[in-house]
Amino acid sequence: MPGSWYLVVAALLFGLGTFGVLTRRNVIVMFMSVELMLNAVNLTFVTYARMLNDVGGQIAVFFVLVVAAAEVVVGLGIIVAIFRHRATITVDDISSLKG
Amino acid sequence: MIATVISVPQLIVFVVAVVIIAVGGVGLLSARYPVHAALFLVMTLFGVAILFIEEGAEFLAAVQVVVYAGAVVVLFLFVIMLLGVDREEIASFAGDTVRIVLAGVGVVLILAELFIVATGAWATGAHSAAGKLDAGSNIGVLARSVFTTYLLPFELTAALLVIAVVGAVILSGRMNAATGVTEPARGGENLEVER
Repeated sequence: MPGSWYLVVAALLFGLGTFGVLTRRNVIVMFMSVELMLNAVNLTFVTYARMLNDVGGQIAVFFVLVVAAAEVVVGLGIIVAIFRHRATITVDDISSLKG
Repeated sequence: MIATVISVPQLIVFVVAVVIIAVGGVGLLSARYPVHAALFLVMTLFGVAILFIEEGAEFLAAVQVVVYAGAVVVLFLFVIMLLGVDREEIASFAGDTVRIVLAGVGVVLILAELFIVATGAWATGAHSAAGKLDAGSNIGVLARSVFTTYLLPFELTAALLVIAVVGAVILSGRMNAATGVTEPARGGENLEVER
């Protein structure tokens, strides 16, 4: 399979994730869209690892997975804390830093 | 760009995986309930895992399923259920046309650039010090690289995970107003909404 096909799929997946982050208002769904973008980047890394015959790309995916797991844990902790104080997870209602 | 011969079985697997990814991604964006979005996310992650296997990254495909579908999405579902926020998102797309149009324009610009990069032969890339991918079994090559060249980053990820766990415990505890000390939440009372 040509590597560019995988890159195009990754680009489409990244676009879907970006659109989700920009348009959805539910913080949890926005987080899931960020996961989509991370997966698109992972797919790009694996594709280039195969195209260049270099294991560095797969190592990068490994570290992205770990950082994504840590990000989800901390992010959901923040969401729980915000929900306890404001009783909402809609980003339009969370505007304490707006001044 | 390497010259590759397209075999029919590979093409079928590729198309099926892309369909799974596309349905999952679009479903995630259009789902009205957060739980449905989480299940569509699992679907997309499985599709990406199929593509990983097709590209010879078997270990990463397994980790993808175990870590994402087994841990991350379960955590998402757990938080959705814990907070009881699985309500229909009425104004998810309707009403705010300007935001959606601007987001669409931005995404189209990003996609255009990515397509040019993906289909052109611009990615030349110098080889890293990590080694060849075809030097042995996938997991053996990865393990050798992680425990030699990338040993320090690997140990730093351990520190990162510990910090994340401590941070999550502190964030989900409740602050004692008198002492300023964060206490772990006790059963039941932490579900009440503080005003």
